[in-house]
Amino acid sequence: MRQFLAIGTSVPRQEASEKVTGIAKYTNDINTTGLLHVKMVTSSCAHGTIVSIDTSKARKAPGVRAVLTGRDFPILTGSPLADRPPIAIDKVRYHGEPVAVVVADQEYQAMNAAKLVDVAYHPLPVVNSPTEAIRSQAPLVHENLASYKRFEAVYPVPGTNIANHVKIRKGDMQKGWAESDVAIEASFSIPQSDHAAMETRCATAEIKPNGRVEIYSASQSPYVIRDMLSLFFSIDPSQIVVHTPLVGGAFGGKAPVQLEFIAYLASKAVGGRKVKLVNSREEDFITSPVHIGLDAKVKLGATKQGKIVAAEITYLFDGGAYSDRAAIITRAAAQDCTGPYRIDNVHCDSFCMYTNHPYATSFRGFGHPELTFVIERAMDILAARLNLDPLTLRRQIAIGPGDTTPTQTVLTTSNVGNLAQCIDKLKEIIRWNDEPQVVVEGHKVRTKGVSCFWKNSSTPTDAGAGAVLLLNRDGSARLVCGAVEIGQGTKTVLSQIVAERMKMNVDQIYVEMEVNTDTCPEHWKTVASRSTLLVGRAALAAADDAIRQLRHIASVVLGCSADHLEIGFGRVYQKDNPQIGVQISEIAHGYRLPNGNTIGSQVIGRGSYTMRDLTSLDPETGKGNPGPEWGVGAQAVEVEFDTKDLTYRVVRASAVIDAGKVMNPKAARGQMTGGMSMGLSFASREAFLYNKAGIIQNPRFRTYKDHRYGDHPEYLVDFVETPHLEAPYGLRGIGEHGVIGMPAALANSLSLATGIAMNRLPLTPEAIWREKKENTGDSFRF
Amino acid sequence: MTIPRIPKVSIDLLVNNEMRNVVVRPSDTLLRVLREVLGLTGAKPGCENGDCGSCTVLIDGWPMKSCIMLAVEAVNQQITTIEGLKDTPIQNAFLEQWAFQCGYCTPGFIMNCHALVNIHPDANDKVIQEWLESNICRCTGYEEIEAAVKSVLSKQRSDGRYSH
Ligand code: FES
Ligand code: FES
Repeated sequence: MRQFLAIGTSVPRQEASEKVTGIAKYTNDINTTGLLHVKMVTSSCAHGTIVSIDTSKARKAPGVRAVLTGRDFPILTGSPLADRPPIAIDKVRYHGEPVAVVVADQEYQAMNAAKLVDVAYHPLPVVNSPTEAIRSQAPLVHENLASYKRFEAVYPVPGTNIANHVKIRKGDMQKGWAESDVAIEASFSIPQSDHAAMETRCATAEIKPNGRVEIYSASQSPYVIRDMLSLFFSIDPSQIVVHTPLVGGAFGGKAPVQLEFIAYLASKAVGGRKVKLVNSREEDFITSPVHIGLDAKVKLGATKQGKIVAAEITYLFDGGAYSDRAAIITRAAAQDCTGPYRIDNVHCDSFCMYTNHPYATSFRGFGHPELTFVIERAMDILAARLNLDPLTLRRQIAIGPGDTTPTQTVLTTSNVGNLAQCIDKLKEIIRWNDEPQVVVEGHKVRTKGVSCFWKNSSTPTDAGAGAVLLLNRDGSARLVCGAVEIGQGTKTVLSQIVAERMKMNVDQIYVEMEVNTDTCPEHWKTVASRSTLLVGRAALAAADDAIRQLRHIASVVLGCSADHLEIGFGRVYQKDNPQIGVQISEIAHGYRLPNGNTIGSQVIGRGSYTMRDLTSLDPETGKGNPGPEWGVGAQAVEVEFDTKDLTYRVVRASAVIDAGKVMNPKAARGQMTGGMSMGLSFASREAFLYNKAGIIQNPRFRTYKDHRYGDHPEYLVDFVETPHLEAPYGLRGIGEHGVIGMPAALANSLSLATGIAMNRLPLTPEAIWREKKENTGDSFRF
Repeated sequence: MTIPRIPKVSIDLLVNNEMRNVVVRPSDTLLRVLREVLGLTGAKPGCENGDCGSCTVLIDGWPMKSCIMLAVEAVNQQITTIEGLKDTPIQNAFLEQWAFQCGYCTPGFIMNCHALVNIHPDANDKVIQEWLESNICRCTGYEEIEAAVKSVLSKQRSDGRYSH
């Protein structure tokens, strides 16, 4: 048995004391004397042609240095599909879209001048949902879809509102339906909502006289900012540096590049001077990308015993006005469309639809909370039809080693977690067998609903990371890497990984918080719960490299072969005679001889890692290996529902997930409960409300409700540990996972409590009342 | 639309026990003056509309959303920001209980909680909720914040004193 020193202990966050004293610096906290301020003019129309933009009054307003419109720098940006002008050109496609940009000495001057920009629109018919978008007579959001450049595998259909179409074709559907004893069919819908990170998005840009471009951004993807600026504005990437200090929450919303382009253009318009663009909360809600919406249909065929033999699934994602990462989410959902279940015959069509809504991007779970809501509601409907216990049904078809995924990847004990074990543990902690699923007390009903989930990432086949470990003279070490600290605690876990490998005290390892794309080794992006795998592997390699160097110096000092040396507890020592050794502090910068010369020099470990064995998916069948591993889990929500006024309270939320290895128990629990809170929040109350003209009615916290103190339930969280052999210490990603099953578990619980299939989010008392009204006369139709 | 120019005013603000002279526009919020003139960036803008609490500071010991208070209104009052708190029980409790992740909401929550434990040392669940539901934390599930506040309240009670 190996002895864990740092792994598996609740090492405090590296940046904890900065965060409780107010000295932690985020992008907008950096001293800004002398820079200019940028304010956007945003569209008050959801779909329309721009008839005219009159900037003359704004240009004359006090303090104004420049006013820009999309025509000043006509360009299309976006990844995977370049369909989006940073500032609208000739046409607006969503309420809140930037149509002009003002640069002024002071922010209030820019705000005042922005109000003086006169924009006239000719309104066009609005596409107000993905279901509307796919109709053959639907107005087109993009007329020139065929001409857009593509940077990744994406399949738009010109002449329609389809930005991407992903197909999964596995097995033989005819055979599946023939074998089915029962079939169920249901439709689901999830509206767009928002990440609503507490720090709004913010970027600064400066173009130096020598052409160097310097960006500061609250981002999950500093290296992507560099590459996208380089790509779209033809700048040599070595001329661009991006800095990212601490980030105040991200949840996927800070992965795409948007404000950085606008800030760059604004700086260009004022001769390269440094400019800053900060989203107001209202802009952060609707101008910047949002959490995706979905309309879906599912048909499942099963045998009487509960073997699912056919699954036919259609997703219409509400990607909004521009495709951005929504196009890839469309693929991610298709890849894992069955949920974590063994199903041989699968047919899935996943569409990313253009609508006249704000554009959607990655949101914690990357399509999985949405697909899970759909399939797990369907599972409960099927269980009721088959008269089977919902957890028993799930347990008997839980996917595992030897099974194949919808993309026909063969699962092993390493690339998938142990779902059966998660279900068994969940049953225990929620007392599933000891208490009934429904308890009625007067007009209060208590019910338990469950959901399982799985999650893989849609990682580029060559995603990678690097790390450098610099040893200090005192024997401590600094780790430099490209992972962004967004609150997930990755940097702390990295310090544990290095400490464990070098058998050092974890507080001897300092991880650099700010990312600087010039000086930190490149890291793909801080997304997809993959940073601890990618950067963790790089950090391990860097630690090994440092150990090799330390042993080499020590071997000269101690006059023995490096093979005989071991490292640990601040020393390098002989394996068979630990008394003989040398302190790391004596050799970290070379061993100093009495005459002042040294043996060796500063120890600098370096390491890097690139994802292995991933393949892109076949466009016709979806066959391929999309990501490194499937994390799994089982979750439950217990509600107390008031049958009189249709309100409810979430009493308890539970989760058991396979973490591979729990690296830091407190951090892991916090990631889970935070995710669960977010999942309950968006499932129970969050939604953008559009009027008929596509105008958003609630782009502020006063009207856009999210979880507050006191809404939180009691959380029960537990883990199982099935190692992912590719990852440091066997860990699996967990950062997104808490959120994934919550909407489904809540909906399953409420469906039971109300006797009505609750298939539409958000699950507000008003929504329950509406469903009840629609269903009057209908008996228990669960 | 013409924009009138209103002259700036010179005011004295008592911030974290130091008298600070600042020149501000009458319409400048206290939040902006603290952050942009005095460099006290602990108080954070989260909505600048009074909805999220991330900008919370103390005015004469009471929590106040500094985004909906003008700097000129804060004259002759004691302003305390997160930078003015050192090693307080609530800061230590936030550390011990892991009551933050990204840390962006943290200064606002700590200021609110600090005032709460001072003003309502016997706060029950209802009072705690009334106070803390004015702040949003998007990262945690609130259980750690609850644990932090309750640990300070119960320690105060068992120590038989209500510390400041
Ligand atoms: S910034 Fe003051 S309440 Fe949100
Ligand atoms: S810790 Fe991120 S918002 Fe509270």
